[in-house]
Amino acid sequence: MADDKDVLRDVWFGRIPTCFTLNQDEVTEREAEPYYLLLPRVSYLTLVTDKVKKHFHKVMRAEDVEEMWFEYEGTPLKWHNPIGLLFDFHASNSVLPWSITVHFKNFPDRDLLHCPSNSVIEAHFMSGIKEADALKHKSQVVNDMQKKDHKQLWMGLQNDKFDQFWAINRKLMEYPTEEGGFRYIPFRIYQTTSDRPFIQKLFRPVSPEGSVHTLCDLLKEMYPVALPSDGEPKRYQVVIHGIEPLLETPLQWLSEHLSHPDNFLHICVLPVPSD
Amino acid sequence: MSDNAESPIETQKEESQPPSDDSTANDDKKKIDVLLKAVGDTPIMKTKKWTMDRGRTVQSLSQFISRFLKLDSSEQLFIYVNQSFAPSPDQDVGVLFDCFGSDGKLILHYCKSQAWG
Repeated sequence: MADDKDVLRDVWFGRIPTCFTLNQDEVTEREAEPYYLLLPRVSYLTLVTDKVKKHFHKVMRAEDVEEMWFEYEGTPLKWHNPIGLLFDFHASNSVLPWSITVHFKNFPDRDLLHCPSNSVIEAHFMSGIKEADALKHKSQVVNDMQKKDHKQLWMGLQNDKFDQFWAINRKLMEYPTEEGGFRYIPFRIYQTTSDRPFIQKLFRPVSPEGSVHTLCDLLKEMYPVALPSDGEPKRYQVVIHGIEPLLETPLQWLSEHLSHPDNFLHICVLPVPSD
Repeated sequence: MSDNAESPIETQKEESQPPSDDSTANDDKKKIDVLLKAVGDTPIMKTKKWTMDRGRTVQSLSQFISRFLKLDSSEQLFIYVNQSFAPSPDQDVGVLFDCFGSDGKLILHYCKSQAWG
């Protein structure tokens, strides 16, 4: 794992250039200029947009301002999904900068969770880590950690401190050598063709016969239509962190290197753009 | 966070299973058994074992429990898996069942205050 540390850094420091524009129906006292930011892929929208909020508040009256939320081409963006996943899923084939519309009224309760404070993001993030560790180590690693270790994971993410985060997170990435990987791989597969939020099941990094499971093996079991069939043009892209990893990549390696800070491997299956 | 359109249609375990009417259903069973357990001073539900749609969200389940217990609308309800983590409200109970169920059922704890981390 130490050999591939560069991959961890590249994933952590991945950025998406984004242009925030105020929804045109918002009431302002003067014209609202767009606001540009480089968004960290591994973070959460509501965690990194204080400046966006301040920027638009300046041109609005306090009574016209409710909870801020974001939308891309008519779809409300779920802040509780990592930013990189939102971009890959909704906008990966669009031009940059990513154009996000900012709203301060008509919060879509049916589509989005409220996010009144950073502590809500922290609770959501830590729940993700605990769920992932329940799959990876029957919760043993995360339960053996102290409160301050949990806090360090969160502070590392919140303050964009790679070393601070990984000093603790590497413990969540350990496993007994003789087992060849985690108990189960924490993954979620997002698909555009279904209303279901995602596919998540139990899947081991190594087969009962001892062979290493690859990304291809996972898809074969969970979502076979995503795989190319012989002699036919490719219909789907399998995207993690904005790239299409080789389908032969071992799943355990992907889990250790391309997981988000919540320790889940977030995988998008997208139709190949038609033009 | 799509609430299931029709409100709680959980049936007690003892009752017979409604036949699956969904011809597009995959091999998976459409309904799962969930055991609901109260934590701390949260009121208990007399019926603990419920059968529900796999596609029901955690949020909709939590709203159902709140209504069932006649909680004040200002009172929060937290749901936990494995007595350790709170699943995301938009998660399907079916996913939790697949990953964290045992002996053919999923055990969820519910609590009026944050019980675990």
